[in-house]
Amino acid sequence: MSIPKVCGIETEYGITMPKTADANPITASSMLINAFVNEISGKVGWDFEDEAPGHDARGFNLEGSLPPEVETHLVNTVLTNGARFYVDHAHPEYSSPECLNPKEAVLYDKAGELVLRKAMSAAKRALPNEQEIVVYKNNSDRKGNSYGCHENYIMDRQVPFNKIAKQVTPFFVTRQIFCGSGKVGSEFQNIAKWEVPFQISQRADFFEEVVGLETTLKRPIVNTRDEPHADATRYRRLHVILGDANMSQFSSYLKLGTTALVLSMIEDSFLDEADLAIEDPVGSLRKVSWDLSLSTQLSRVSGGSISALDLQWEFLRLAQKYAIQRGTEVIGGDEFGEEILLNWEETLQALEADPMSLADRLDWVAKYQLVLGYMDRHGLEWDDPKLAAIDLQYHDIRPEKSLFYRLGIRSIWSDSEAELATHSPPRGTRAYFRGKCLEKYPRNVAAANWDSIIFDLGRDPLRRVPMMDPLRGTAKHVDELIDRCDTAQELLDALGT
Amino acid sequence: MAEREMKKRSAPSARESEEAQPQEASGKNKEGEDLKAKLDAVLDEIDEVLEDNAEEFVRNYVQKGGE
Repeated sequence: MSIPKVCGIETEYGITMPKTADANPITASSMLINAFVNEISGKVGWDFEDEAPGHDARGFNLEGSLPPEVETHLVNTVLTNGARFYVDHAHPEYSSPECLNPKEAVLYDKAGELVLRKAMSAAKRALPNEQEIVVYKNNSDRKGNSYGCHENYIMDRQVPFNKIAKQVTPFFVTRQIFCGSGKVGSEFQNIAKWEVPFQISQRADFFEEVVGLETTLKRPIVNTRDEPHADATRYRRLHVILGDANMSQFSSYLKLGTTALVLSMIEDSFLDEADLAIEDPVGSLRKVSWDLSLSTQLSRVSGGSISALDLQWEFLRLAQKYAIQRGTEVIGGDEFGEEILLNWEETLQALEADPMSLADRLDWVAKYQLVLGYMDRHGLEWDDPKLAAIDLQYHDIRPEKSLFYRLGIRSIWSDSEAELATHSPPRGTRAYFRGKCLEKYPRNVAAANWDSIIFDLGRDPLRRVPMMDPLRGTAKHVDELIDRCDTAQELLDALGT
Repeated sequence: MAEREMKKRSAPSARESEEAQPQEASGKNKEGEDLKAKLDAVLDEIDEVLEDNAEEFVRNYVQKGGE
């Protein structure tokens, strides 16, 4: 049965030190986060106790499959908004706190951009000789290296994983038509440059499997990482690795909103009879990304063919029916559900009638229009490096350098709302308890992670407060408690831990 | 919560209702013109913002490791 779609976004940022010869990306990422911690947030470490990214949701491990390693030695910190800010491999990564609905998750992802911006400024002040660290919110370096923007959605443990994987795959293959971030060229091997001058998705070139555990090699459309960060008898966390990092709040909102709806439909067995499966999902993912006319036909498992756009129409029609029959309480209330359905429908209509009319809201269209306009003005061909530079600089998050920000794309949240969200946690999930404890008792919080906080009261032993339910520890549950407890000792006494 | 920009009005429920109302059509034209004007303004100043040596900038943008 469907459960509230608590969700969040993890974004890995590309990183450069343009004025430093042979800069090491791990060192640069550490410097960036340390600069933020030293100047702005103060440091509370991450607790690795419950990390198990090697667990496979299918209940087995494939031979030769490499579970992701947990890097406990790199910089890791928790922010008062409930987010995690850390070095992941060779990138700075910001993982938003758990949010109660897709719109809130977009707010906290935008707040992440502001956190990175503050970190860049702090690093610039700390570094000698006008050196600086610059980050980009994109997913590839145009040389075959990709890094991710992962979404997370809580799901009912009772729903078999194989059913989720099977039913969500055709949706994942086709949703890029509204949430792709666009890319000049292709990084797929053995493809002639002229064949793909521009494509819809940043990530489609890098996927090789339909279902699997890996995230860095043989990337799968559906990732099986079984690490719920919550009570594993009740919840699973669907870890979605195929999406692009979105600059546009609208693209991101539609991506999370439609996905949350589809996952709820799967939980409620609403798609069990639907004829949505397509052949060769991996090949189809690229076909859709490479076809700007949105007309390429995908083979249906049941026979015949269908375009990505028409398959999205089928998902939308089912979602509309689902909303009428079952309501959309689980994705944040009926008002949210209705709004997502309306925006989904309007977007599909516009993609059908004139995709370029969406240049004010969808990333891939905005970038494509900008690149075409520049080519037209200067009489350039597709292989001109300036076009690749425009592609990269669309994702620069410095307002003075970012082409995205110059385009004035419509937003959902204002800068001041995003600024508030850099330090204030969401009110409707356990992130509230985490954030507020960090704010009020920073000296006594030894470490935190998604499902617990460890307190240090100055004497042994350290005390751990578990938070196994993402929907407990909300403002409603703990506001009054935190308000009346002036010290961490009082808080723990009141909690009886 | 700012929802100024978020469309909340009822969308036409059927795809067939594409015979646009006059009002809607002119609204769309206006939106189209605004978009065009905004793009032109960005194109006017883009060379001042773009990294000086595009080729070098793109070549030096290398990201290893991730996820």
